[in-house]
Amino acid sequence: MISSHDSLRLFLAAADNDDKVRVDGEPRAALEADVVRCCLSRKKEQCSFVDHRDVRLVYRQYAALYIVVGVTDTENELSIYELIHNFVEVLDKYFSRVSELDIMFNLERVHVILDEMIQNGHVVETNKSRVLAPLHALTKMADAS
Amino acid sequence: MSDVVEKTLTALPSLLSLDSQPGAAKLSSTSKLGNLIRGITELTSKHEEEKLIHRELASIKEQVSSPNTSMRQMKELMVRAIYCESLGYEASFSYIHAIKLAQQGTGLEKRVGYLAVSLFLNENHELLLLLVNTVLKDLQSTNLIEVCMALTVVSQMFPKDMIPAILPLVEEKLNHPKEIIRRKAVLALYKFYLIAPNQVQHIHNKFRKALCDKDPGVMTASLHIYLQMIQENAEGYKDLTASFVSILKQVVGGKLPIDFNYHSVPAPWLQIQLIRILSLLGKNDQRTSEIMYEVLDESLRRAEMNHNITYAILYECVKCIYTIHPKSDLLEKAAKCIGNFVLSPKINLKYLGLKALTYVIQQDPKLALQHQMTIIECLDHPDLIIKRETLELLFRITNTQNVVVIVEKMLEFLRMSTDDYTTIDLVGKVAELAEKYPSDCVCFSYKNYTYAPDNEWFIETMNTVFSLSGDTMQPDIPNSFLKLLSEGFESVEEDRKLRLFAVDSYVTLLKGETGKLPQFFLQVISWVLGEYSHLSEELKPATVLELLQKLLDRKQTSSETKSWALMAMTKLCEGRAGVSVAQQVSETYISSMDTVLRQRAQELQHLSQDSELRARVLPRDADLEPLEVDSSLSFLDGFVSEALAAGAAPYKPPHQRQEELSQAKVLSLEPYGLSLPISMSSCSIADRQSPTLLSMSSGLSGDSTDLSHKGGSTTLKFEGVKRVWGKEGYLAQKESVEEAVQVEAPSPLRSTSQQAEVVGSHSQTPTLTPTPEPEQEKQQLASSLFFGISSQSSVCLMGKSGPTPQRFRRKAKGQSSSSGATEQMSNSVVFTSTTVDNLLCNNPPDSTITSEVDVSSSKHTSELPQGLTAANGTCDIEAELTDSDLKGSSPPLSGDNGLENADPDPHENLDKPQGVCLSSHLPAELSGLCRSEITPLCTLQNLDLSACHVHREDTIVLVVFITNSSDSAVQHIRLDLDSELLEVSCVSESPAKDVRSVAVYLYSLTVRRPAVHVELAGTVSYQVPVGTPQTAQFSYKLPLTAFIRPLTVSTEEYGTMWLAFSHDTKQNLTLINDGQEPLVATLNVLRKKLQLHVVEVIGVEGILACKLLQDQPCLMHFRVHEGALAVWLRSPVPDLPDCLIYHCQRALQEH
Repeated sequence: MISSHDSLRLFLAAADNDDKVRVDGEPRAALEADVVRCCLSRKKEQCSFVDHRDVRLVYRQYAALYIVVGVTDTENELSIYELIHNFVEVLDKYFSRVSELDIMFNLERVHVILDEMIQNGHVVETNKSRVLAPLHALTKMADAS
Repeated sequence: MSDVVEKTLTALPSLLSLDSQPGAAKLSSTSKLGNLIRGITELTSKHEEEKLIHRELASIKEQVSSPNTSMRQMKELMVRAIYCESLGYEASFSYIHAIKLAQQGTGLEKRVGYLAVSLFLNENHELLLLLVNTVLKDLQSTNLIEVCMALTVVSQMFPKDMIPAILPLVEEKLNHPKEIIRRKAVLALYKFYLIAPNQVQHIHNKFRKALCDKDPGVMTASLHIYLQMIQENAEGYKDLTASFVSILKQVVGGKLPIDFNYHSVPAPWLQIQLIRILSLLGKNDQRTSEIMYEVLDESLRRAEMNHNITYAILYECVKCIYTIHPKSDLLEKAAKCIGNFVLSPKINLKYLGLKALTYVIQQDPKLALQHQMTIIECLDHPDLIIKRETLELLFRITNTQNVVVIVEKMLEFLRMSTDDYTTIDLVGKVAELAEKYPSDCVCFSYKNYTYAPDNEWFIETMNTVFSLSGDTMQPDIPNSFLKLLSEGFESVEEDRKLRLFAVDSYVTLLKGETGKLPQFFLQVISWVLGEYSHLSEELKPATVLELLQKLLDRKQTSSETKSWALMAMTKLCEGRAGVSVAQQVSETYISSMDTVLRQRAQELQHLSQDSELRARVLPRDADLEPLEVDSSLSFLDGFVSEALAAGAAPYKPPHQRQEELSQAKVLSLEPYGLSLPISMSSCSIADRQSPTLLSMSSGLSGDSTDLSHKGGSTTLKFEGVKRVWGKEGYLAQKESVEEAVQVEAPSPLRSTSQQAEVVGSHSQTPTLTPTPEPEQEKQQLASSLFFGISSQSSVCLMGKSGPTPQRFRRKAKGQSSSSGATEQMSNSVVFTSTTVDNLLCNNPPDSTITSEVDVSSSKHTSELPQGLTAANGTCDIEAELTDSDLKGSSPPLSGDNGLENADPDPHENLDKPQGVCLSSHLPAELSGLCRSEITPLCTLQNLDLSACHVHREDTIVLVVFITNSSDSAVQHIRLDLDSELLEVSCVSESPAKDVRSVAVYLYSLTVRRPAVHVELAGTVSYQVPVGTPQTAQFSYKLPLTAFIRPLTVSTEEYGTMWLAFSHDTKQNLTLINDGQEPLVATLNVLRKKLQLHVVEVIGVEGILACKLLQDQPCLMHFRVHEGALAVWLRSPVPDLPDCLIYHCQRALQEH
């Protein structure tokens, strides 16, 4: 999803308590800052989708952590909204009760998980155990050696 | 929201504070990454962050290049580099090390290496080539995890040219016992399909196998490929509908393993994907749609659980139900569903409901009526995105009766909008609406005011649009506005009034504060005043001149606007006062640094003194004949030939010069001194390019194709000079074009729209006066918004009779394209070749496999007869249209909803006789030539359109037949054809004279840019004596092969040409082995199917040549190598080799 457009990117945004923002994703600093500002300015009662230039953003807030996904107009926003939650659930399962710090300190693992779930702007796997299988195997290998 | 989500949400905050996580704290204290992250968290300013990161990068750089760094450390360094890059700092030094890590690391280290590569590099990065070997090695590894990693990175990014190197390995993996490997292989193939579809052309049957895989994961992966392929060509996959339906049925029925569930909904994203595929397949196809009704009903029923994800599935179902051939009870359920969404208190659902409503509203405007009060509430919703979606919805239901109110609402939103992107989008839409209904005058009452979209309304709306849009507007809006003004409508008197009103309102505007008006608007104002201010009797030219002068004097006015103002003054400066003002102004600007401005000032000065000349150059009320622009600039021929005779080199376009320059650089071997005289003398005789091309680049731009061995150094030596000359030559050309255009500007371009008759204009300024009761106001607003719909909804939706809702005519403008879908009948023509494709795809060689597996259906061969009818011929078949052919390709009128049953299509029975008799209408000179089948394009209320294309020696002629099938006369038939890839010129039109006669239109087609298939989009509009103008859109598709002709050249000529061409493609094809010499047999097949010329065959090599019409050659070199046929194509035309290779592949497959 996020549709197959090149222009679409997936961000994983982390905002900590003093509102200073770090974005993990592609290095388009200005755009990211904009996107993050856009999402932070939304209120709770407003809807979880917002237009930003030519991209529609779907975001979901977990305490101070925002996860933002850019999609095209034709996408089904609600399914993406739930996809974000599925992603968080996968993280939760892997880190057993995930925290923001887990994500920050295990950036590479989070990326590996994301690579299993989303490719070329499409949802490729949502089955939690299958998403985590390669990563578990890798960890086992590392432990063995 | 479900319990689980709630729990997660409430649990998270406690987890997210720094101290509560001992594990992370431990990690951070030991690792360098931890230090980095903590460092960044503690920083307070951007500047400090920069300093820290640069320090960090320096340390990483030092360590990565040290030979003692272990792979484990390297991994750690890479993660830090990833971190820095994600913060927006460049760490390009680490890219090569990432590749190294992927190559040498093991396990997680290797994975991080691959990960860093995929994050750092983009798909065209040259370093990616270095990865190919690693990938190759890992694909052959016995370690499954390594294979997995390699496949993952391949499906993310891989250099296009290197696909053949790993394709066999990836294909092999499709049979791997482990599901995860099979799944990843399918995803890798999907990537290949995306970046180079013809490379995986031959393994389509393997996709089918993947679709029938016993593992649901592999099947899911293959759906991505199918969704993509079906989007491109739905016709080819209709036979799979039953399979998709049965998969969906099993998924919905909970047959998947439990771990595919998400919140106890079985594989929701898979369901969504399947429903999307089904809606593409069922679009405009009743038979296919019928297969899926049951499962859609089932999905609707199952998705009753109260969770977001089920709503997402429902939304997809609703969209599908409204896309495919309508079925009333499903529509009812879907409508109810939308109702629930829209009325939901949950804002996300409301949004989705509005979006669904926007989608379905064109098919069923009644739905808008049901929810009108909700829509009104949403219009005033505090959340902007809800508001925008509502406006989008209203935009789609605009008609003559409600356009004023809707535009008013949109303008209201515009006034508040701060986002540039939204503004541009909305401004475009308002302008489109305003231009669409400028003079249709149907009045209605709203709070005692009569609203009518009339002249004043139009001008005022456009004024608001212009002043609100700022300088961010798309330039085509002012252009089309001016065009509309100058073309006028059918009544001269109305046009005069419109222009007069525009002039008056602009004079008022200019008299006021002009500081805030955007430049675009000022330019429009200047033009209108210059052109039409004489229409106003009380307005003296002197006043206008004074206003324009004031505009010129303002500092904020851009120089472009100034030149518009000067032009306007040039048109107006008459009388003594005028001349003196003109002189004064022109003196100020005649020494301007801006050349355009200076030129305008010159014109003004001269023309103001010579009134006779002025009257000739700028005739007032110029007759509406468009001036002919001599785009070949033939009037300069004399000049050019003189220059050539004097020793100048022929003109070359800048890109060619650039190319030669780079060639020359490589070849510069000789000393500088010698070359100048040689090049000068040979340039004058060299290369007679078409003399109509402006050749200003002079002798100094040495012609290095001819002289590459000796003249190379010339170009080198004069590198600097040449550039200047080249540019000047280019400049001069441009200026002369500009002059031509400038003369042409006042006269209108040809009319593109047929407007309805202008009825009297009722002028009242549309203002909303508040009434005491807000509720009542809402009601009234609702009634005005939905006026047009309510009065018609019971009558018709598709324009059967009476007042029809206007259709969106212009396709180009953003969102509206999809809104046109009601009438838009896309109809890809079935050709011999494509039919054969269908046959191929429908009937894979290993159909035994598919029939074994439970999910596939037995329908695979049902399309066989259709394919066979055309399987044998190339292009010399008769127009024998079998009944199935016609029915298959003439789509039922879409969006007809419930009415379809009541109104059986009367044309359907006529189709067959028509197809036969149409061929008799072919012009005599075309009748003997080979041509494609006559295929119906679209069927309208009164007209049937069909078309075919005829192959002539030197051109392709498209023949469009328009048959009047009704009993009433049809007037003003207009046919507009357009294509990005094709140049279309009308050869002849023979309009139908009487009822039930056939009009034949001939167009000659030439290829602008090669593509595998080229498509034409067309619009037909016509008028019946009683009723509004009708328009419909259609499309027509031709394969590139239709444009290919043999090119007869000798082997020597071939050799020279080969070296001169720059675009090439190489690929391996399969040889045909049927007894004869394989190479000769293969070449013969290609020669016959693609019309190629075999130049020579020597041993295991053969050379062939062909040309695209209009002499764009393509050369082919074939060599038998290890049982395969290595093909190398070269052409001066980009993309042509790629397209041809595709057709070669096709031709051999079909054989």
